[in-house]
Amino acid sequence: MFLINCPYCGERDQSEFSCGGEAHIIRPKQPTELSDDQWAEYLFMRKNIKGVQFERWNHAHGCRKWFNMVRDTSNDKIHAVYKMGEKPPVE
Amino acid sequence: MTKYRVNKTKHVDQTKTVSFDFDGKSYHGFEGDTLASALLSNGVHLVGRSFKYHRPRGIMSSGSEEPNAICQINEDTDLTEPNVRATEIELYEGLKASSQNCWPSVNFDIGGINNFISPFIPAGFYYKTFMWPKSFWKKIYEPLIRWSAGLGKSPTKPDPELYDHKHVHCDVLIIGGGISGIIASKIAAKNNLKTILIEDKNILGGSTIFQKNENYKINDKYSGEWIDEEIAELKKLNNLTIKTRTSLAAYHSYNYLLAKENISDHLPLDKKNGGIRQRLWKIRADKVIVATGAIERPLVFNNNDRPGIMLSNSVKKYLDFYGVSCGFKNVIFTNNDSAYETAVSLKEKGISVEMIDIRKKSNSKIVKNAEQLGVKIYWNSTVVNTFGLRKIYSIEIMNLSEDGSNVVGNKIRINCDCLGISGGWTPMVHMHTQSGGKLDFREIDQTFIPNEIDKNHINVGSCNGDFELEEIINNTNKKVKNYLKVSETEFDNTSILNSKELDKRNIWLLPNYISEGKCKSFIDFQNDSTAKDIKLALREGFKSIEHVKRYTTTGMATDQGKLSNMHALGIIADTAGVKMGTLGTTTFRPPFTPLTFGSIVGRSVGNFFDIIRKTSIHKWHIQNKAKFENVGQWKRPWYYPINDEDLHDAVQRESKAARDSAGILDASTLGKIDIQGTDASEFLNRVYTNAWSKLGIGKCRYGLMLNEDGMVYDDGVTTRLGENHYLMTTTTGGAANVLSKLEDYLQTEWPELDVYLTSVTDHYSTASICGPNSKKILKKIFTDKDFSDDAFPHMSYQNGKIDEINCRIMRISFTGELSYEINIESKYGKSLWEKCIEAGKEFKITPYGTETMHLLRAEKGFIIVGQDTDGTMTPIDLQMDWIVSKKKYDFIGKRSLYRSDTIREDRKQLVGLLTDDPNEVLEEGAQIVSDMSKKPIEMIGHVTSSYFSPNLNKSIALAVVKSGKKMSGQKLIVPMENKNINVTVSDSVFLDKENKRINA
Repeated sequence: MFLINCPYCGERDQSEFSCGGEAHIIRPKQPTELSDDQWAEYLFMRKNIKGVQFERWNHAHGCRKWFNMVRDTSNDKIHAVYKMGEKPPVE
Repeated sequence: MTKYRVNKTKHVDQTKTVSFDFDGKSYHGFEGDTLASALLSNGVHLVGRSFKYHRPRGIMSSGSEEPNAICQINEDTDLTEPNVRATEIELYEGLKASSQNCWPSVNFDIGGINNFISPFIPAGFYYKTFMWPKSFWKKIYEPLIRWSAGLGKSPTKPDPELYDHKHVHCDVLIIGGGISGIIASKIAAKNNLKTILIEDKNILGGSTIFQKNENYKINDKYSGEWIDEEIAELKKLNNLTIKTRTSLAAYHSYNYLLAKENISDHLPLDKKNGGIRQRLWKIRADKVIVATGAIERPLVFNNNDRPGIMLSNSVKKYLDFYGVSCGFKNVIFTNNDSAYETAVSLKEKGISVEMIDIRKKSNSKIVKNAEQLGVKIYWNSTVVNTFGLRKIYSIEIMNLSEDGSNVVGNKIRINCDCLGISGGWTPMVHMHTQSGGKLDFREIDQTFIPNEIDKNHINVGSCNGDFELEEIINNTNKKVKNYLKVSETEFDNTSILNSKELDKRNIWLLPNYISEGKCKSFIDFQNDSTAKDIKLALREGFKSIEHVKRYTTTGMATDQGKLSNMHALGIIADTAGVKMGTLGTTTFRPPFTPLTFGSIVGRSVGNFFDIIRKTSIHKWHIQNKAKFENVGQWKRPWYYPINDEDLHDAVQRESKAARDSAGILDASTLGKIDIQGTDASEFLNRVYTNAWSKLGIGKCRYGLMLNEDGMVYDDGVTTRLGENHYLMTTTTGGAANVLSKLEDYLQTEWPELDVYLTSVTDHYSTASICGPNSKKILKKIFTDKDFSDDAFPHMSYQNGKIDEINCRIMRISFTGELSYEINIESKYGKSLWEKCIEAGKEFKITPYGTETMHLLRAEKGFIIVGQDTDGTMTPIDLQMDWIVSKKKYDFIGKRSLYRSDTIREDRKQLVGLLTDDPNEVLEEGAQIVSDMSKKPIEMIGHVTSSYFSPNLNKSIALAVVKSGKKMSGQKLIVPMENKNINVTVSDSVFLDKENKRINA
């Protein structure tokens, strides 16, 4: 059970949050211009990394804000949290 | 006092007798006893039969590692509890316990025949035997396995006890109240840290508390006396919470831990008073100090499982803590110094004891002390056999060869009534590994010890591999100081006298003159797996420890291999010729000891299982005898039976009334989201499939929301309240998810949009009035309002007032009838409802529930998201092409509507079904086929909604069918268990195809 440092509220229990999968996947601005394969790449393809992964999280039972997290999936270490729109930290 | 109670100790109050039953026989023990110590004081060793071979088994240990003495508590009651360890049950007056896994009794057990046929039931027996013939599985094998499977009996009634959860935060949590835990607690609490110390026993002090002899001294006091004083001081500290009878169950990441506190299990039945039985502590600690100690290892030799064979340190604990001698002619079999403590204790009390040591010699002070007391020691020897069915009576020993791989010389027979065994100690690293910690292998004593790199906790004492007194005290002090950043402590200059050494000769499987195949050298006592089974598994090609474990079931019993895992690993390493450290261990998973379901669920039972949401009109529904249906967390009126009407009759009446005159529905549960901002229209354009920019203020529009994959996600009517202000409604069950999805897009994809979302579901109550007379009823309520079709057309909204209270009136319809919905602040919901009922009286206004609502909309072919859709339906599949804008450049899911898969013509599509017999109502979920002759029969779809329509006087159904769009008029079959129902594909709109009734 993680202790997550919400960028808006501070440290809260994991039970207040929900995970929204991989971060920094940008919805194409012109979906209609894309081939089936290109659209499928956006729609379905997700990394499943053992190691450092960028994720989206939502403080669902709190401020309801979405934010990003850098987490090591092999040991659940949270390296950073940052607001939507902010640049991901460089290792 | 029984003859086995040889010693008076302060931990057992021998003035207070406690009577209890075991296997139907009455015994006496004393306050302070465990069930195990009380049984031993009565000379009872045999307490159960083993799982597979039904071999007689006795009490083996004195703690949570106990594999054999697992009991059924209060068997003759509905609330009986199985698999309780006798070594952990505190004795109370009236306790009734019985052995498990034996029939008809522990002394004479039919299943014991398995012991004699054991050569034929090796590891993997079930996998190998119950394979063929295939036809035997259902009738013979499965019932047989089910009969012999399982330990103990489950309770048959709901648990009446109360359980509790408690959330706590602390600076330091210390797990284990032995000597190192006490030192750590004292340092933490004295340095102004909010500290919690948990201990699974009922008193602190661990094994030091009964250590009172010249061999171990701290500051010139017996170590046991020293610790008594420390505990007394500890209890005076203010910022320290001590929780005894509390065992750590799980250590999750970020120092989140679960601990189970036993509150009333040790109390006599008449003193429990219906209070809380167990409390689960949910602890978030800044720092954690693990001081869980170590478990003594057994030795693996032929017939090492007889009643009377016990862990050596447990023999000492029973003697020095409980005052019970487990035997009068003891033999102790060891490979290390620690077992000599037991010998010294026994000898000092004048009880006969002899030592068998596989080592060639030892120069430790404790060994010398034993020799001085006249203890006979057989060096370089091993036990090769034991005798005694229900209790051990003698053993055979032989000398070991130089390298320990074989036995030499003659057998010597020694009579005994108790055999203590000690194979050294295994640090309890369970908590460390549960938290994600890694282990290092220490060759000198063949142990896995914690590797603390990168961990936010420390391990101290014997769970850290520090077994000798000076190491325990000094290392604990040093580590805790570092961890808590403390510069000096009272333990800095402690003088310590220790008499033993970490000197050990490790032989995982002791050699024998009897061939290996004929030896029963048990590794896992509870699951009856032997060294032979492990070797068989290796010969059959299993290499990974995780596979060997599952194949032989070693370490998979209720004790989770606390005594067996290391031996299994060692024997695998020896046999495979690899280093044990390279094998790794099996995974230690929570809970450390079994948890009750009660403690896991806490108070969340019955009405507290989930949140129950009720509308403000709920009381009226109850007064009017509504039957309720759960929709998400909501309680919604299902139907309102009059007199003894059943569901069918009530729904027929309600739905007829709604079409013939007037009906009223509580629609308050529909999700409502208030949308404001200058980009609100653009936002709706992007989330719904249809266009919103041109919707006039005061108008309503139905919208369909897709997922990005093109599948229908939610639907509902949205009303434009103002230039930049909309009120969206969602399905009842989807409200929270829709809001979350919309927020997601707003915050992450379109942060440039000026839009604000607020959930207002609970803010407004909604009464939906439908039917040809609904307009007349509305006129009576809002007397000054013009309800003509010109002034107040379908799909529009107006503000209204009831007395002084503002409300919103929407003319929208989910039934196909002329229909109005009135929204009012929730606190006025019931008054509004009653006003509508009053006004509708002359038109026989009929309240209807969700079932009638479903029927009415099905007559019109309106879908219910989640009933007629299942996450695989596009709007095109639903034949709702009309709602998908061709002009809009983009909306959520648009691109997916022409992926190669979504444009397939043979997708399942929504159609209507009419049964050839108009009185035959299909079952929802029933499969649909077209061709019964070709096997296997292809299922081409299923029924999603089905009703008998009183307004059409026939059965109607909605269904999804492959290529259904092209099948209009085609005959299909719905095969049921006892008949095939013939149906015809029809349009999905059954009633009023021209939509005349909406303006009736």
